[in-house]
Amino acid sequence: MPELTQQDLEIVIGLEVHLQFNTKTKIFCGCANYFGGEPNTRTCPVCEGLPGSLPVLNRSALDYAIRVALALNCEVSSLIKFDRKNYYYPDLPKGYQISQYDHPIARNGFLMAVTDEGPRKIRIHRAHLEEDAGKLIHDNTDKCSLVDYNRTGSPLLEIVTEPDIRSPQEAQDYLTTLKLTLQYLQVSTCDMEKGSLRCDANISIRPKGDEKLGTKTEIKNLNSFKAVKAALQFEAERQQKMVNLGERIIQETRLWNEDSQMTVSMRSKEEAHDYRYFPEPDLVPFTVDEAVVEEVRQNLPELPEDKFERLSREYDIPAYDTRILIQDPALSDFFEQCTKSLNEYKKICNWIAGPLLSELNTRKIPAAEIRIQPESFTALIKKVEDGTVSNLAGKTILTAMLDSGDSPDKIITDQGLAQVSDDSALETIINDVLKENSSVVAQIKAGKESAMGFLVGQTMKKSRGKANPKKVGEMIKRRLSNE
Amino acid sequence: MISKEDVQYIAGLARIHLDQSESGKLTEDLEKILGYVGKLGDLDLKAVAPTSHAMALKNVFRNDEVRPSLDQKTVLTNAPEQLRGSFKVPQVIE
Amino acid sequence: MKIHELSACDLKSLLKDKKTTAPEIFQSCQDRISATNAKVNSFVRTTPDAGASAAGEFPFPIGIKDNMCVKGEEITCCSMILKGFRPTYDATVVEKLKNAGVPIAGITNMDEFAFGSSTENSCYGPARNPWNTGYVPGGSSGGSSAAVGANQITWALGSDTGGSIRQPAAFCGVVGVKPTYGRVSRYGLIAFASSLDQIGPITKTVEDAAALLKIIAGYDEKDSTSANLPVPDYAKALEKDIKGLRIGIPKEYFIEGMDPEVKEAVRATIEVLKKQGAEFVDISLPHTEYCVATYYIVATAEASSNLARYDGVRYGLRKTPPKQRKNPIVDMFEETRQAGFGAEAKRRIMLGTYVLSSGYYDAYYLRGLKTRTLIKKDFDEAFKELDAVIAPTSPTTAFKIGERTSDPLSMYLSDIYTISCNLSGIPGMSIPCGFSKAGLPIGLQIMTKAFDEEMMLRIGHHYQQKTDWHQQKADL
Repeated sequence: MPELTQQDLEIVIGLEVHLQFNTKTKIFCGCANYFGGEPNTRTCPVCEGLPGSLPVLNRSALDYAIRVALALNCEVSSLIKFDRKNYYYPDLPKGYQISQYDHPIARNGFLMAVTDEGPRKIRIHRAHLEEDAGKLIHDNTDKCSLVDYNRTGSPLLEIVTEPDIRSPQEAQDYLTTLKLTLQYLQVSTCDMEKGSLRCDANISIRPKGDEKLGTKTEIKNLNSFKAVKAALQFEAERQQKMVNLGERIIQETRLWNEDSQMTVSMRSKEEAHDYRYFPEPDLVPFTVDEAVVEEVRQNLPELPEDKFERLSREYDIPAYDTRILIQDPALSDFFEQCTKSLNEYKKICNWIAGPLLSELNTRKIPAAEIRIQPESFTALIKKVEDGTVSNLAGKTILTAMLDSGDSPDKIITDQGLAQVSDDSALETIINDVLKENSSVVAQIKAGKESAMGFLVGQTMKKSRGKANPKKVGEMIKRRLSNE
Repeated sequence: MISKEDVQYIAGLARIHLDQSESGKLTEDLEKILGYVGKLGDLDLKAVAPTSHAMALKNVFRNDEVRPSLDQKTVLTNAPEQLRGSFKVPQVIE
Repeated sequence: MKIHELSACDLKSLLKDKKTTAPEIFQSCQDRISATNAKVNSFVRTTPDAGASAAGEFPFPIGIKDNMCVKGEEITCCSMILKGFRPTYDATVVEKLKNAGVPIAGITNMDEFAFGSSTENSCYGPARNPWNTGYVPGGSSGGSSAAVGANQITWALGSDTGGSIRQPAAFCGVVGVKPTYGRVSRYGLIAFASSLDQIGPITKTVEDAAALLKIIAGYDEKDSTSANLPVPDYAKALEKDIKGLRIGIPKEYFIEGMDPEVKEAVRATIEVLKKQGAEFVDISLPHTEYCVATYYIVATAEASSNLARYDGVRYGLRKTPPKQRKNPIVDMFEETRQAGFGAEAKRRIMLGTYVLSSGYYDAYYLRGLKTRTLIKKDFDEAFKELDAVIAPTSPTTAFKIGERTSDPLSMYLSDIYTISCNLSGIPGMSIPCGFSKAGLPIGLQIMTKAFDEEMMLRIGHHYQQKTDWHQQKADL
């Protein structure tokens, strides 16, 4: 058989994402649902699976699931039920997980993943509700494992794609788009580090044009989007090498090792689990009627891609800027508020994407906690545009506004930041600069235009940053051409 | 109908370590019982819907309101072994 | 009559007339237990200090089957695997009893995890029939039934998944009620088969059963399968007569091989009820012969899953093998469960695991669920025209201890008349209706449609007005 090259083969990827909802309480009991804390301090007989305990479904978990289902263009089932998935593990207190088998909450949806090559439709096979397990920590000193059940019973939504993804990069793009969509829905903190977003990947390869799927491997222990991409890249290459050596790919689960940047076979695993699914007798079935679904649909927020279309269209701003704005709905909201008091949309974008975002990152505060009014922000922009203050001073004023909440005017006055544009005052300073830097003047006259910046800089220094650099540049140019 | 190997396999699924004599007796018992319950095979059930719940209840929810959890000491009351607030078990090999 | 022999309703009158006190009643029962428990082994633990909590209208000592969580008490389902387990919460029914001031006398013997029809599968040794201690009291609520039958306590709670209240009640000559599925909360009942289990009263009279049912029944937000329906005034329902009631006699419940004395006792009962104005109709419940098979598929499947949590990690027994076999954690699971579960428990777990396993689900479990639909339909049809259905509770009277332990299938077949109620969810009650020549009690079963316990209690109460089987005392 001829060797398969990169061009000949097609990578086929499917992703399973587990999303942990940020409801106030767990899925089947009233224990508080949040990350961290001392072990075994957030459990009750129900989530600890004590003999005699019984589950009762959290209404919000179902609402959140419908929200996600609609955002992913899925069909929402009108009748759902829960099933038991039976297996033994120390972090699974009942010896079974309450999940959904044949009547999941959602099916047959899609997500338009944003990629560099344009939007790519990735179909969603299904999404279902289930409960989380506890945490197992391996202690090498005491040669034991420790179990903490705080996380047991946290509501999860498992979202499974069809094998539509065709490259590791596309997988990353899907995850990025998915995460943003979920963040807009405010159903989860979507944090892979804290485990509120988890991802397992399935990958196989086949000759281009083949309809049949190749043997797939499952990859676990992926802790970031970067890891997902790297693991899939490694695995695709590993499978390709094997195929070219005539070796058969074994269907198995492999773990991603972040340190060695390799996938490793889970050799200790026994044969495939027989989960012995059967309908959960302790939970009754649930009907989800049209009216309920409609209500959720009406209350969905504007989703990222719709917002992208709308902002680009309404404000005629470049795609690059729009993409930055939509990363955080609070940021794009702030932008739109600003457009009410200033119609220089690109300039607003620049100031938000540049200085404002930089400030927010430094202070580690989210856009939702911006303390300044949109009108004050646009007032600042206007003051820079009309020359009242320099660009540099503008940034200083922004910092001060975020610190104190004062208006731009007050800060300008207090700190004496008004630009000097008065010609005579500037003349005096420029005279001094030209006198002190006659060699540079000579260079410019000899043709080295770039040295102009130096002279402007010196003038700015002498004026303690208050000179209007544009004006300074013009004046120096005129002087030198006149001489 | 059911072999000793089947019984060992099922015991594995059920996480019970059977000894040889138990295996033998269980195989006999299960063979007999499965023979009996197999009489359901006489019925024509194609058009019959399954009943997993005796009463036709639907849509039982609770509100998303926090209730007090048990404190750590109470949770660990019955723990066969514990360490630093966690349940201690033999090392789990992954 | 001695204090411990009286019914709750009789004691209520005595209390009102200040002829006795709650502490005296409690102590009388504790003394009786001490004097007789060695003979019947009905109690596995007593709670002598609980008498102080007696209060209210019915401060009479009650026995709690060892599968209902009582906070702080050792509750084991009579299994080695739960030895030492102390629940950190009360079952809802226990909470209700405590709120009503009904004091707990002690914890009663049962078949391990309710797997059995004779209370011979207990890690504490078998319970014995108070009418003849060489015979079984029935099961799995054999301890509760024997305790009431031996007049060690006023009343008791049992649980019924396939007949585990009604059959032992019949064997011990007492009243046993399995309420409609969802009538009584299952929160805190250590599960056997979640879609079949119900907690119910075991009492000396139907009147007492009505009173106890009123205390424990009702909606519980902690149990998703709990019915959100008001609890009727059962005591009031007893007053109505039974003239013109239409009662069905299912031909399938009078099988070949059933004890002729049982058959005769039931026929005699029909005559008594006829004299009180009830009308009888012969009916057919055609899928009766499939009940036991359906039950042993569906119930064991659920049980195999419900018992998966007993793995030695969080409570109960933990054992590790001397030498590593597979890996440390799996070894711990396997060794713990091997040591902790008795033979019947293992049998049912294995059967349940098998019928759910890949390749067998459709042939067994799914067929079981479908047959259940047909069994339920039989009753739905019957109750269109009828107010009740009666039948024997068990095809025989109590059998000898050890008689059926080597043949599991013969043991399973003693549930043949009681299983149908659990599968269809309807209520059933057993009341004493005679004695065999050997002096063993015979039980009559009354079944009504869902949530019509009033009808069931009414018929039983009227029968007890005209007969005195329930007033006989075992010579212990």
